Amino acid sequence: MASLRLFSVGAQNLGVPEVNAPNLVKIPEGDLRERLVVVGNGMAGCRAVEEILARDADRFAITIFGAEPRVNYNRIMLSPVLAGEKQFDDIVINTDEWYVENDITLISGDPVVAIDRAAQTVTSASGRIEAYDRLLIATGSEPFIIPVPGKDLSGVVSFRDLDDVDKMLTAAANGGHAVVIGGGLLGLEAAHGLSLRGMEVTVLHLMPTLMERQLDEAAGWLLKSELERRGQTILTGADTAEILGKDGKVTGVKLKDGREIPASIVVMAVGIRPSTALARQAGLEVERGIMVDDHMVTSDPAVMAVGECVQHRGICYGLVAPLWDMCRSLADAAVSTPSGYTGSVTSTKLKVSGIDLFSAGDFSGGADCEDIVMRDAARGVYKRVIVKNNKLVGAVLYGDTADGSWYFDLLKREEDVSDIREALIFGQAFAQGGGALADPNAAVAALSDDAEVCGCNGVTKGTVVSTIKGGACSLDAVRSQCKASASCGSCTGLVESLLKLTLGDDVKSGPKTLCKCTSFSHDDVRRLIVEKSLKAIPQVMQELTWKTPDGCASCRPALNYYLLCAWPGEYVDDQQSRFVNERMHANIQKDGTYSVVPRMWGGVTTPDELRAIADAADKYQARLIKVTGGQRIDLFGIKKEDLPAIWGDLNAAGMVSGHAYGKSLRTVKTCVGSEWCRFGTQDSTGLGIKAEQMTWGSWMPHKFKIAVSGCPRNCAEATIKDFGVICVDSGYELHVGGNGGIHVRATDLLSKVTTEQEALDVCAAFIQLYREQAWYLERTAPWIERVGLDYVKAQLFDDPEAVARLAKRFHYSQQFMQDDPWARRAAGEDSELHQHLAEFRPFPTPLSTAQLKEAAE
Amino acid sequence: MIGDWIDIGPTTQISPGNARTLPVQGGEEIAIFHTLDNQFYALVNKCPHKHGPLSQGIVHGNVVTCPLHSWNISLKTGEALGDDPLERGACVPTIPIREDAGRLYLKRDALVSAKAPEAMA
Repeated sequence: MASLRLFSVGAQNLGVPEVNAPNLVKIPEGDLRERLVVVGNGMAGCRAVEEILARDADRFAITIFGAEPRVNYNRIMLSPVLAGEKQFDDIVINTDEWYVENDITLISGDPVVAIDRAAQTVTSASGRIEAYDRLLIATGSEPFIIPVPGKDLSGVVSFRDLDDVDKMLTAAANGGHAVVIGGGLLGLEAAHGLSLRGMEVTVLHLMPTLMERQLDEAAGWLLKSELERRGQTILTGADTAEILGKDGKVTGVKLKDGREIPASIVVMAVGIRPSTALARQAGLEVERGIMVDDHMVTSDPAVMAVGECVQHRGICYGLVAPLWDMCRSLADAAVSTPSGYTGSVTSTKLKVSGIDLFSAGDFSGGADCEDIVMRDAARGVYKRVIVKNNKLVGAVLYGDTADGSWYFDLLKREEDVSDIREALIFGQAFAQGGGALADPNAAVAALSDDAEVCGCNGVTKGTVVSTIKGGACSLDAVRSQCKASASCGSCTGLVESLLKLTLGDDVKSGPKTLCKCTSFSHDDVRRLIVEKSLKAIPQVMQELTWKTPDGCASCRPALNYYLLCAWPGEYVDDQQSRFVNERMHANIQKDGTYSVVPRMWGGVTTPDELRAIADAADKYQARLIKVTGGQRIDLFGIKKEDLPAIWGDLNAAGMVSGHAYGKSLRTVKTCVGSEWCRFGTQDSTGLGIKAEQMTWGSWMPHKFKIAVSGCPRNCAEATIKDFGVICVDSGYELHVGGNGGIHVRATDLLSKVTTEQEALDVCAAFIQLYREQAWYLERTAPWIERVGLDYVKAQLFDDPEAVARLAKRFHYSQQFMQDDPWARRAAGEDSELHQHLAEFRPFPTPLSTAQLKEAAE
Repeated sequence: MIGDWIDIGPTTQISPGNARTLPVQGGEEIAIFHTLDNQFYALVNKCPHKHGPLSQGIVHGNVVTCPLHSWNISLKTGEALGDDPLERGACVPTIPIREDAGRLYLKRDALVSAKAPEAMA
């Protein structure tokens, strides 16, 4: 009778206790204790039992069921076991003797498969039935297996228990390649272990930065560089399509972008999810995890749950520290005075030897939060703390985690940090040094004269101070006169303090810094990107000690351009750092629609092109068709979602993007020249087309316009363009720095050449000089006024080889840039940028939960 | 609980630093942001200034810069962050969003009732 009911837990008795159910014998003869059955012999289950025993060792007769055929061990130490730093015996928490001494019945290797709440019994896989007065579910969590083809091949393992470790060790014994899917805490620890065991390891991570749940972009980047330095291959943004195999055994992993990585073992470490099947089957209330109250009691008062399987106040935890808090509250409620669990603040450390990494609390920042960032590039240290309402709410430490526990303590105690705010980032010793040391300026004042301020250039405090006294009144002056802070910049704060201490209010601010996120000017940033071989935005921000975690809307686009200009062919463009027009390859208009301009080489078109433009205007309902000042046709009012299709149609008619939206070469305006005009001296249309074919697609500090006029009547208005050519009988006059903008500026005459090729060479060289030296968002007119025409002439013509050298660099970078962005988007690249997530249609009146359930059935 | 939160799909459909949009029939278009440090936010997709599509702006920290006139809007509170008298107090409604088991949920009633402020003249 009883066993029949046990296996028929179905909808009919979900959550409804059967009042007249036959009661199993509850109290065995001679034992008056309540019976506590624990499902799960892991860290949470055993810890809860320990806490209960500590309060009242005689209260319960305890039986523990475990799925694994072994005693309770410390699962979080599996990483050191894999890495060979520890043995299994080292990580056992409770030995066989502990179970015996405490009179606990351990049933290991025999998982519980059903709970009958009405009869208050559990049944194990082997058919064993155990009655309980109190039941504790501590089933933990299970690894998440991504549902890709090949996931069931032999050699695909998770990283959850000792069996998984054994499989990895067996694979490692044969050497070869290992692929770890998942660049979170667990995945990186698995990768580290396999790497130490001699395997070639590749980590595949879906997100752009490692451990994105715990680390910000900068710390994630440092971690990636360090792991790569150790020989691991880290592929971020890597989306697994399929696990490849042969004869039932894994041979590699195929990514959605087509890349294939060989592997003799694949470790899936993409995450865990609460193990709730048993509780769900028993009709307990389960959302993501088993729902528990502050006393760890489930929807059934006789059933408690604890650990990674539970959901408390909406949160499921995947770390060990909250388990301890939960177990204390559970034991308090079950045995003594209820205390109530209110949730945990968690912190994380990466257990990879030699990499110090700590993360705690909320580091998302925001408007009401203050971010304090310290980057010490020379030592490879990155620290970031977040203060909100005078309290520490989050911390990320990389490279030096000595103060992690201090920050975590401040965070948990919600202590007011306003008194030590200034020195908080320097750590406990400094912040609590009290008195003078709590003020960074005072700390700098206390330094001796021969203390080294700038490690890169070996400059002492005494040298800096005498430089300042000698007349250097700004950061920039100090940098140029004694080199302090001129290299990596990590001592900039110190130099600024010294300026303030020495001069008081007489400190002059230097040339405009790139933005408020840095104390470096545009020129410094450009120079250091090249000098220090910086090749990614997070790297620049780390090495040049940026003051914000990921920059702002001013510096991100500037850095993206500077990197692109310095490392053509190497730098991978960062879309998130581009203004919307360049991200969408169209011009945003005031109503949020876009306008589209196909390229019209030298202003020349054909009836077929005009027909295609007219057809596209009809098809996509352009609300205005306008001829631009640059001799092209602009289609207005195109919807974001229609952009790929209209580009596809225009591409099909042979037209490419006109870059009318970009900080790039826009248009080459021409007149008809000697071919048609009775005054024309040279083929200005032909030269214009050649110039446009040479320069299209090139990203610049700002928009760039060219014009070619066939005679000095200048019908193409070449003297208000960035680069203008006036054709004359004897050749070509080359003009630069014109601008029809807010401040109209006519061009300066740069030089005169006799052949078309020379005109094109000087054009390429001039553009490259501008690309390499101007500040982002500085057009040629203000640039030339700032540096002087003589400087530009000297750069181009003093050295007879200069034009050829600059032109060569221009042409080199053009081979990577002359790639029609419309074609790629029309072919489907980044299609999600143009699409809505979904459309939401609300019901006229919200349905009740019961109605929704009914609708679902 | 089911009726209160609307599942709008997996977190992976919005890459960090990007935003996607969700039109609401009879209501406002919502912009859902994924910041570089992996937080999610949802706001009415209209800058309080001239109704620029915030989803198209550059995201940095927990701020988005509107693509039309570079107003900085807090993703957490929807407030304009500038000191200009015009910007002070200007605000766009935010929608409570939560992440659970790799999926995103928006608060239903806030989603339906969200109204954009009048655009400034």
